[in-house]
Amino acid sequence: MKETLTGAQALIRALEHENVEVMFGLPGGCILPAYDPLIESKIRHILVRHEQGAGHMAEGYAHVTGRPGVAMVTSGPAATNLVTPLCDAYMDSIPMVGITGQVPTAAIGTDAFQECDTVGITRSITKHNELVMSAQDLPMVVRQAFHIATTGRPGPTLIDIPKDVLQNEMTWYWPSDDEVLDSLPGYRPNVKGHTKMIKEAARLILAARQPILYVGGGVLKARAAAALRELAELTQIPVVTTLMARGAFPDSHPLCLGMPGMHGTATAVTAMQKSDLLIALGSRFDDRVTGKVSAFAPDAKIIHVDIDPAEQGKVRRPDVPIVGDCRLVIEEMLKAIKEMLQSGEKQADVGPWRSRVSGWREQFPLAYDQSEPGAALKPQFCLEKLRDGAPEGTIVVSGVGQHQMWTSQYWNFEEPYTWVNSGGLGTMGFAVPAAIGAKVGRPDKTVWAVDGDGCFQMTAQELVTASLERIPVKIGILNNSYLGMVRQWQEMFYDERYSEVNLSGTLPDFVKWAESMGCVGIRVEDPQEAESAIDKANSINDRPVVVDFRVAEDEKVFPMVPAGKSNDDILLHHSQDSRREFLK
Amino acid sequence: MSGNNPYGQDSQHHVLSVLVQNRPGVLARVSALFARRGYNIFSLAVAPTEHADYSRITIVVDLASAPLEQMTKQLFKLIDVVRISELDPRHSVERELIMVTVKATAEQRGQIVELTNIFEGKILSVGVDAITVSLDGSPSNIDDFMVALNQYGIVESQRTGLVALPKLDRAATASAAKSPKGKAS
Repeated sequence: MKETLTGAQALIRALEHENVEVMFGLPGGCILPAYDPLIESKIRHILVRHEQGAGHMAEGYAHVTGRPGVAMVTSGPAATNLVTPLCDAYMDSIPMVGITGQVPTAAIGTDAFQECDTVGITRSITKHNELVMSAQDLPMVVRQAFHIATTGRPGPTLIDIPKDVLQNEMTWYWPSDDEVLDSLPGYRPNVKGHTKMIKEAARLILAARQPILYVGGGVLKARAAAALRELAELTQIPVVTTLMARGAFPDSHPLCLGMPGMHGTATAVTAMQKSDLLIALGSRFDDRVTGKVSAFAPDAKIIHVDIDPAEQGKVRRPDVPIVGDCRLVIEEMLKAIKEMLQSGEKQADVGPWRSRVSGWREQFPLAYDQSEPGAALKPQFCLEKLRDGAPEGTIVVSGVGQHQMWTSQYWNFEEPYTWVNSGGLGTMGFAVPAAIGAKVGRPDKTVWAVDGDGCFQMTAQELVTASLERIPVKIGILNNSYLGMVRQWQEMFYDERYSEVNLSGTLPDFVKWAESMGCVGIRVEDPQEAESAIDKANSINDRPVVVDFRVAEDEKVFPMVPAGKSNDDILLHHSQDSRREFLK
Repeated sequence: MSGNNPYGQDSQHHVLSVLVQNRPGVLARVSALFARRGYNIFSLAVAPTEHADYSRITIVVDLASAPLEQMTKQLFKLIDVVRISELDPRHSVERELIMVTVKATAEQRGQIVELTNIFEGKILSVGVDAITVSLDGSPSNIDDFMVALNQYGIVESQRTGLVALPKLDRAATASAAKSPKGKAS
């Protein structure tokens, strides 16, 4: 039975076959035909106010559900507005499918109205992209896009569809798994680690005296949190979770040392520096983690597990490279270690190392100065109150900057997929739309976005979307009326010469702005008010809430490893300076 | 081997033979990757293979710009890239074609024809005061040819860039011709 459909109908049906339940988008000229069959579709469409918002919502959705987020927009400026989210998803390995309209095939290359070379522009920021030249190709291209986005190292894919391709007729079909694989002879991700390498890794793990599990976002992508915990507990090896991996290992666990890197805990940073074996799981030796690469963990051997072969040796040459899916590899590693232990091999004593690490943890907890009576709120204080007031399992989303680092530092992440942020690209304005996407993906959970006042002003308009679509997210703005992280760098590294970082303490009025977008707006200026404001926000579940915390403008994030410096040169909170020798 | 030969044994070059799906935009993907990652290309040649679905891109890469391992791994990440063979110059056959127009007076013409014959090149076109010749051969052979022609004055020249295939194992039969399936990426 041959069924004739238009390209647009085939596109929407293909998305339904891929079990897409929701998509984020905004229609326009060239994508118009696809919006018509959407009326009859069971797919929920969330109409955004700016295409960048659609992209970040798709990312937030993907972060918390593990399923690919879908954003659909028109050609030209809409496609370029999607560029930032695509790049963000590429850097953080987020499965996402972007669909863009394109001018009709006959007009391509003529500088037609709203034409741009979308495939050319997004080539280096997508895992794969495709300009569809025939309606008949659509089901296959959609299947390929979802397959590529969600397998191997996940990432964004983009389908660019000329208007006439959406209008032309095609004969419906749905390609089988084998047909999809056959159409992609160059794509066979290796998920199973090399047995010999895994055995070698097990041997190194048992022999190490000062090992550290250096856990990255790949562990979350591979749904490997349970396997990781078993590995850590079996071997009693301390764990650091990178910015992309917060939640992959419970912060309350005695083996957890928190986040490493530029603003990581002194314990996590130092433990990596002093370790004799780094077991890197789905982490990529990012410059924000390693500091000066030549001085990074100088005495450590490296086991590097990553599904992307190109990450092996990109920054630091591993002693044992293992290409594979983190969950499968960790499970095999566990088997190998258990076998070795059963056959009488002994693990080296990590007791002294663990006591040394515990010593650091006692000496160098996160620290800040409480505000003087009558003075402005401290952002860290707000975070402690937010954290303590949040219902269990709350999903936390952040933008980029000081507030992001404080959130990562001060929140207690106990479960995987409760932390959503822009790690690699560092996209200001990520929080509001990503939180909306996260809440759409997990309506059962409380979603708090912790944002900065600079970030908030970049994408706040999506709160209109949230109000109209009844997506009750909560936004806490740590409002210091500065581009805070830039201000911190200017204070510390540019002799306090502040250049273009003051956002004005008076405008905008965030409470009025929130109210105008259908949200509840609350302002907090006094530490006494914080708790009740947060309780009020937590009690509202029928609309978004924005809490404007007016915080101290000169607060800085510590610890800090200045850019390009060695991790040994970590700057501590001033109250801990006198104990510095202890880190040696 | 001449001093300025970019492909010489002493230089930091390596040949990658990249089998790709024969689809629009593949060359752009490959060249954009090299530009984006800061890898330098000495030469690049691309054409369809014996199999209509595939093209082969032969790239002479500059190892001074990045380690070969990173280049091949990053290339592998392109979905359209099916297979990459690293061709060590010692274990591969390499060919390049050059076309050169050389100034040639009536008296010099004979010398240039003789020179071209010695190198086993071809005369393509003869003009009043110039002559166009071609030569296919190993890159060093072509370098030597260019040095020999230089004294007459080169008007313009075009090299194709290197193409290469693995040297066949004398014992085995046509192992290079096996079907292009599968790779780890």
